[in-house]
Amino acid sequence: MVVGAVQPITVRGLTKHYGNHQAVRGIDLDVHKGEVFALLGPNGAGKTTTVEILEGIRNRSAGDVQVLGSDPAQDRRSWRARIGVVPQSTGVYLDLTVGEVIGHFAAFYPAPLPVAQVLDMVGLTEQRKKQTVALSGGQQRRLDVAVGVIGDPELIFLDEPTTGLDPVARREAWDLVRYFADRGKTTVLTTHYLEEAEALAQRAAIIVDGRVVESGAMHELGGRADTPTTVSFLRSPALDGRELPPLPGSSAVETHGASVSVLTPTPCAVIRALLRWAETAGTTELPELRVHQPTLEEVYLDLIRRNRQTASTGSTS
Amino acid sequence: MTATRSAERTAAAAVPGGQARLPGLWRAGAARSSVELKAFFRNKQSLVFTLMFPVLLLLIFGSIFSGTVKGTQTDVKQVFMAGIIAAGVMSTAFSGLAISIALERDSGMIRRIGLTPMPKSAYFAGKLVRVVVTTVLETVLLIGIAVVLFHLPMPSTGQRWLTLGWDLGLGTVACALAAIAYTALIPNGRSAAAVVTPVFMALQFISGVFFPFNELPRWMQSTAALFPVKWMAQGFRSVFLPDSFTVVEPAGHWELSRIALVLAVWAVAGGILAAMTFRWKSPKGQTS
Repeated sequence: MVVGAVQPITVRGLTKHYGNHQAVRGIDLDVHKGEVFALLGPNGAGKTTTVEILEGIRNRSAGDVQVLGSDPAQDRRSWRARIGVVPQSTGVYLDLTVGEVIGHFAAFYPAPLPVAQVLDMVGLTEQRKKQTVALSGGQQRRLDVAVGVIGDPELIFLDEPTTGLDPVARREAWDLVRYFADRGKTTVLTTHYLEEAEALAQRAAIIVDGRVVESGAMHELGGRADTPTTVSFLRSPALDGRELPPLPGSSAVETHGASVSVLTPTPCAVIRALLRWAETAGTTELPELRVHQPTLEEVYLDLIRRNRQTASTGSTS
Repeated sequence: MTATRSAERTAAAAVPGGQARLPGLWRAGAARSSVELKAFFRNKQSLVFTLMFPVLLLLIFGSIFSGTVKGTQTDVKQVFMAGIIAAGVMSTAFSGLAISIALERDSGMIRRIGLTPMPKSAYFAGKLVRVVVTTVLETVLLIGIAVVLFHLPMPSTGQRWLTLGWDLGLGTVACALAAIAYTALIPNGRSAAAVVTPVFMALQFISGVFFPFNELPRWMQSTAALFPVKWMAQGFRSVFLPDSFTVVEPAGHWELSRIALVLAVWAVAGGILAAMTFRWKSPKGQTS
């Protein structure tokens, strides 16, 4: 099982510059077999450049890149047969029907999935005989996905696969990603939708300004696992002026008028203590009680903001 | 069923490189050819502009032209009909091909198929089939109409049929390879027709398609002699016109070996330029 032991993607010190513009400034990535790995970051951060280098359609300036055990720049056909790509821009297949397009691409692969099965997976069975130009934007995007996976790839690159899809079609696309993940395939997902990354990916890297500023398991991204949870409530008149009980854990308390926020690594223990405290004051309710964990979006926005500040105060720009 | 399939696949993966099971040039080329022909015959623009435009010109000018070429007994109409075949070759092998490649590049299709394990040569095999089928169809249409409606005599000797064959073949290859190289100058799909058609029209006018070549200004003749259409047309004249017509040909004879040479040089130069300029990876705009 030497083949199985090879990590699908290993990137060390990847750089890419266009003239004087440094698009990718030394990226390291490790994508493990069977996982969905998300690449996140603002527009122009270098995500697509990185993905295109991994797909073997863009040359790199420097660095080591191994994708399925090969250098993508070699562009070997046997290697191409093992990867599937859904590019960012929607392809236009002039004068052909949906079924013809998928059948056409199937002819290039050694062991393609059945055309009917792929049509069904992307929900285009009814459009099989339709000219591709007559499809809606979302349907065209699903055709792109179908063309990308028809070869039954071991490694799939999805570059913003659900942009332009309605919520229902997006959920269907997610099911498709999970279908391949369940079969042990590896997926690299580039997306703007953080809830999409959260729903699908096990690990992620956040790229800002050509660098990986954060990478790891989704629930640990940006120190999320260590960031304290906020428990907040309003002092009702019954609680007014009463001193807070001793709160377990290393909790910090902030008060703004009637509003109380407790930052704590142990929110359940804090709530138990607060409820007991309220009961002794003769009330059973804490108005507007909220438990808030930082969302991926908050972590992400915070990371982007911090890195932009560093970049603008740094000497490089 | 599923178990068998995956077992087969594991076996395939065990073959070093798995190369043996990849569809080769033959299968991929057949898939490309089928798509090329479907696209050509379903697309009204390519049917009307590429295929029917020379036919339309033949019908119109064939009905207008009359009289004989000065200094000969040969009907102007016949000279024109021999020339329009060369224009037809240029229309399908050059204009039609260049526009189709420009549209495919613009739509991201070339980039997309470059992401598959398709042998790169299969793309060009498909283009070759497209060009050969459409050029032969164009030539048959033009000669058929010329013979039936305008009484063009069929080639009288086996030698002339042979010349028709190689002039058509070499001219098609020269035009097609020049077309692939020329697409490097086409910025996007929308401007394709605008960048291709003027070249096609200008070369027709200066190459002796509509006007007898010997009546054109000298500078125009020497300019046209740099391009393949003039030589193709001359070759077709040698196929359809009497040998007495050579008195008004620039060299006083048909110059068959020079025609073959010029077309072959164009084919080689076009092929080299095409190989140097054709890009699979050409990025569509500058993305992040």
